[in-house]
Amino acid sequence: MILFDRVNKRYPSGYEALKSLSFNLDFGEMAFLTGHSGAGKSTLLKMIMLMEKPTSGQVLVDGQNLNRIHRNQIPYYRRNIGVVFQNHQLLFDRNVFNNVALPLLISGLQPREIGRRVRAALDKVGLAGKEKTNPIILSGGEQQRLGIARAVVHKPQILLADEPTGNLDPQLSEEIMNLFQNFCEVGVTVLIASHDLDLVSSMGQRLLKLEKGILVEDEKSL
Amino acid sequence: MHNRRRKIESKSPPSFLTIKDKSQISFIRKLKGYIHSHHLAFGSAVHRLFSQPFRALTISFVVAIALSLPSGLYIAVINLQKIANIEESSTTVTVFIKMTATQSQINTLQENLLLDADIATVNYISSQQGLDDFRIESGFGDVLDMLDENPLPAVLLIQPKTGAQYDSNFLKQLASKLRTETLIENVEVDIVWLNRLKAILALAERLSLTLGAILSFGVLLIIGNVISLALDDRRNEVLVVKLIGGTNAYVRRPFLYTGFWYGAIGGFLAWIFVVIALYWMSIPVARLAELYHSFFELEGLGFFGSIALVSIGAALGLLGAWFAVARQLSNIEPK
Repeated sequence: MILFDRVNKRYPSGYEALKSLSFNLDFGEMAFLTGHSGAGKSTLLKMIMLMEKPTSGQVLVDGQNLNRIHRNQIPYYRRNIGVVFQNHQLLFDRNVFNNVALPLLISGLQPREIGRRVRAALDKVGLAGKEKTNPIILSGGEQQRLGIARAVVHKPQILLADEPTGNLDPQLSEEIMNLFQNFCEVGVTVLIASHDLDLVSSMGQRLLKLEKGILVEDEKSL
Repeated sequence: MHNRRRKIESKSPPSFLTIKDKSQISFIRKLKGYIHSHHLAFGSAVHRLFSQPFRALTISFVVAIALSLPSGLYIAVINLQKIANIEESSTTVTVFIKMTATQSQINTLQENLLLDADIATVNYISSQQGLDDFRIESGFGDVLDMLDENPLPAVLLIQPKTGAQYDSNFLKQLASKLRTETLIENVEVDIVWLNRLKAILALAERLSLTLGAILSFGVLLIIGNVISLALDDRRNEVLVVKLIGGTNAYVRRPFLYTGFWYGAIGGFLAWIFVVIALYWMSIPVARLAELYHSFFELEGLGFFGSIALVSIGAALGLLGAWFAVARQLSNIEPK
């Protein structure tokens, strides 16, 4: 599903974020991306999101070479991916329902369908009944779950998360990780960047460890 | 790999859409979705206008002032042209007969003139009739009564042949030809001032169009600037929308609607300004027309003119917003 083939990324400043990185993530697989900050985790995720392009090498997603995707096609490509950010990236000028509905509105779905799917997604993350709330008054854990609901509401094939538990206490973090695991179980390919090694290893999933842009460990799931 | 994929797909609940399913969404449903997204962009633009009514009104007022100035000037020109045309259609050559001429001499002259191919009609106003008219129109009847004899000459009002009324050279020739008649005291043609007026009006028309173009450009810049600021305000939202697959068109839409509304409301306010100004002036104009024995009525924008004014406003708003968003949108990319 996600294939990195000898990917290098060198920023204009000369900083090398990724060095000859190769790995393959199967359809429906779940993996954690770990490493210290600055190891290249975010750069890797950004490449899958087409926010960055490799200096050399190729990234293939669902058999599609990302180097060959035209600028105009990027939005449509991104609709197949759900992203969860550490800082949620929620919009506080609208309520919970409209935050989650955003990806569906972008795809041009009909209102009836949007309502159904948004409620299903909120239900899945345990936020049913908070549709009319403004996300600003939600707790950190709830905001993160809202971010997840928004990332999965359009049923993407790939779910990416960048430090989704960064600001949460251990118990909430585990809840969030379990949520991700649920999505993996229904066939979504999940890739999560996290520096929380204890939590990550307790999940029993594949582990990709980056160090200064080099893949130093690739532990298959136990 | 293949087996694994099949296994996983069988795990997924039927409601999960695969890419193949997505491409099968019918055109009608896509269209409905597209219309719905327009509907929402429209709604959100209106909502934003009403959530900051003072700001929206201020901007619209600026647009209205910029649009009503050239519109007002244009209407003034139209009305003056109308007056000029009324005057023009009644271009007559006034011939004053010598006081010594007898009635039969005048009748002969009139008949002779009618035979002239250059002349369409000849109206005879006797000195007595002229006196009576003057008495009624001027209100100086008492003064006239004090005079021993009628001081007014007999007058022939000559309408030149059709097609030649506005040809000042022709009228000059006609006048000099008439002056050779022994019975004729004087000939007057009021064409020069009319030509000057028309030249000035042509200039004023150009001026109003130039002013309109300059101020339209101003409107474009104002709305572009406002939309630019609005886009800055919502930069974060734009980034999020782009990250989850919003196209530039999707991001642009609510801003275009906002620009459209600023322009359209501005156009509408400009229309109101013009209507109020016209109403305000219609009373003195009517009085003036009465004094000139004319049924002149002020020409307004009319139905199509009103529609055009609002449309121009809306179009300028849309265009200004478009430029602003196009210039800025490519700079806002998630990093």
